[in-house]
Amino acid sequence: MSKAIRFAPLALLLLVIVALVWRLATPVDTNVHSKLGGRPVPFFTLAAALPTKPTVSSTDLATGQPRLVNIFASWCVPCVSEVKVLQGLKSRGVPIDGIDIRDRPADLTDFLARNGDPYERIGSDPQSQLQIALGSSGVPESFIVDGKGIIRYQHIGAIEASDVPMILTKLEQAK
Amino acid sequence: MIAEAGLAALWLAAGLAAYQFLLMILALRSNLEVARPMRAVAVVQGGLTLVAFAMLLLVFARSDMSVALVFENSHSAKPFIYKVAGAWGNHEGSMLMWVTILAVAGAFLALFSRRTTERTLIAGLGSQAVLALGFYAFLLFASNPFARLFPAPMDGQGLNPLLQDPGLAFHPPTLYLGYVGLSVAFSLAVGALLTGEVDSRLARAMRPWVLGAWILLTLGITAGSYWAYYELGWGGYWFWDPVENASLMPWLAATALLHSMNVLAARGALKAWTMMLAVIAFSMSMVGTFLVRSGILTSVHAFAIDPQRGTFLLVLLAIYVGAAFTLFALRGASLKEGAPFELVSRESGLVVNNLILSVILGIVFLGTLYPLFVEALSGEKLSVGAPYFNAVAGPLALILAVLVGVGPLLSWRSERRLIFRQLRIPALLGLSALVITMILAPDIHILPRLGFVVAAYLIAAAVLPLVGRNPLRAPLATWGMVLAHLGIAVGLTGMAANAAFSSERLGIAKPGDTLSVGPWLVQLEGVTPTAGKNFTAVEAELRATRGEGAVILNPQTHYYSDPPTETNESAIRTFWNGQLYTVIGKSDASGGWQLRLWWKPFVTLIWAGGALIAMGGALALLGRIWRRRRLSSGEWRRKGYA
Repeated sequence: MSKAIRFAPLALLLLVIVALVWRLATPVDTNVHSKLGGRPVPFFTLAAALPTKPTVSSTDLATGQPRLVNIFASWCVPCVSEVKVLQGLKSRGVPIDGIDIRDRPADLTDFLARNGDPYERIGSDPQSQLQIALGSSGVPESFIVDGKGIIRYQHIGAIEASDVPMILTKLEQAK
Repeated sequence: MIAEAGLAALWLAAGLAAYQFLLMILALRSNLEVARPMRAVAVVQGGLTLVAFAMLLLVFARSDMSVALVFENSHSAKPFIYKVAGAWGNHEGSMLMWVTILAVAGAFLALFSRRTTERTLIAGLGSQAVLALGFYAFLLFASNPFARLFPAPMDGQGLNPLLQDPGLAFHPPTLYLGYVGLSVAFSLAVGALLTGEVDSRLARAMRPWVLGAWILLTLGITAGSYWAYYELGWGGYWFWDPVENASLMPWLAATALLHSMNVLAARGALKAWTMMLAVIAFSMSMVGTFLVRSGILTSVHAFAIDPQRGTFLLVLLAIYVGAAFTLFALRGASLKEGAPFELVSRESGLVVNNLILSVILGIVFLGTLYPLFVEALSGEKLSVGAPYFNAVAGPLALILAVLVGVGPLLSWRSERRLIFRQLRIPALLGLSALVITMILAPDIHILPRLGFVVAAYLIAAAVLPLVGRNPLRAPLATWGMVLAHLGIAVGLTGMAANAAFSSERLGIAKPGDTLSVGPWLVQLEGVTPTAGKNFTAVEAELRATRGEGAVILNPQTHYYSDPPTETNESAIRTFWNGQLYTVIGKSDASGGWQLRLWWKPFVTLIWAGGALIAMGGALALLGRIWRRRRLSSGEWRRKGYA
């Protein structure tokens, strides 16, 4: 048996191991990224989530200045901490609209009373239809929409306090 | 205390494995006398792992929620059998089971192996100890099954309800026994490469281990295929899923090894090749475990995803397989090939068998890892699925099945007779299958048609080794081979029938509506809510008829609350000529229910074939053991001891 053949298995093994190491070193991104980045928000109207608050429709998102659209729900645990960060953004003058997913008005009232209410408008999306149309796969997620109603950025997961400067820059860029 | 006792046993076993390895090095460097305690050490090490595993079973049986693993994977409301099965239905527990089997296999090798030289056995036991040592380290440093929680939580977090199935109690243990049984072949091969004693005695020592592991792998794959068939509710028996491939690859290597080993045992030929296969078979088992446990390939089976553990397993894999391949590269040259053989001979038949099996193994290996390579090189994501595997491996498997009928008829070294004469009847049967399918089913795809042809031929060809001699005097091993080869024909018939004649129907039905599938009319009588011990469910009542009489089927959808999960429990009715397979899905707003119905003619033959193959293996194993008993008692008498 020639030397080349005898060492072939070892060489093959090395190749496989290199590929496996590469895979372990670059973890797979399991997030679902929206295909709507850089494209206008799909046309929609939603029922009001609360009688005391105006609802959101696609025309409300093209107002000449960038807005933050937050997809949330009262049953979503990370949303509780996120709302506090959103309050901070609101106090810096960021207009925020909420899309409330699969929720009940009583629970939502309770959630806002307990954790604060950073939203200008809240629309109710009881069957996740708008959420799916936006290309969002979970709560919480947020979209930055510019003054012409074009989606500029998708944030997957809760906006943490450490994300605030980045969000502000993105909003600035969207102007 | 129980958990701590288990942990202590594990540490002690690890210490003994290290000692065992040290003994091997000393023995091979100086004299074999040093390794006198080796067998005892191996046995005690195996016993300690059994203790550790028993402790784990105990904490699961008692639902001791202060043990983190029990908390994460069990629940006090779970049926008792699934509490116990939960012990290995998770990462840590299954790794403990793996190392237990590894160490116990080492203990059995130490107790019962009399065939190899003492030197090779010592080297083999040392290699087995190194294998175990790596997995002890993995358990103790990266996945301790006995870690405690403080304070102890009130109740556990349940178990993946898909795994709450009798299949779970047997499927992973069977596969693991098979995987790890191959570790002995690996260790013996490494031992023999170290000592340079690759001969027919080594092959005979390996044979019961490989045969036993192969039987269990066959059973495990067959059972796993049936489990996926009825539990996942997709109506398929094989999905070419990475985790399924992970169990198929060691089986392919073990099948090749099983055949080449016989050449080494009988003729002393194919030395290097057999050693290579022994190394590859267990390496494939480790690759399989690595793929499942690291979650590196996305799969419906990926239950544990943890890159750190993946790294640990990969390091072990690289060390063990790398060391064995290096040893092979360095020592392979010194292996003298045994008795020569001619172009037409049983040896060459087995070489062709091995070549085809290896190519299929390569195809499966490539298909499983190809997406990874492509993504590494180009960043493009893709998946390789059934069309590739069926189109590439299918024809090769058919060619192999044709040769299965020829190989056993050849004689060792050189074949001068015209064996094709013997194959007249099988060939005639194959030809008539071709004509019949042409007439009755002119539109079926070429692969299933060839499947029928080859199966018809092989059913007759497989029994030829028993023809022309007194079948009762034929060795059990020959009976085993005939049975296993018949199993291929039977399984092939099932696969071809399923591919050619299955009918599928997806539809929405309101109570009272009727759907048709194949020869059946299926009426939805009604849907009622029901409940089990730890789930709620809806149950459909289906009334199926094909002419006379009717059968009632009750497929269910289960809703588990902890964790919230939904599973489809298919209802399957088996008839002599096929299975009616029904699944109920979701309801829509108008009160209709999704129904999925399949009529699968002769599909059960697939698993019957698998069972026959395993039974054939079991017969051969029994035959080898009996013959060995007889021979050894004969030797005793000859030597005047009795």
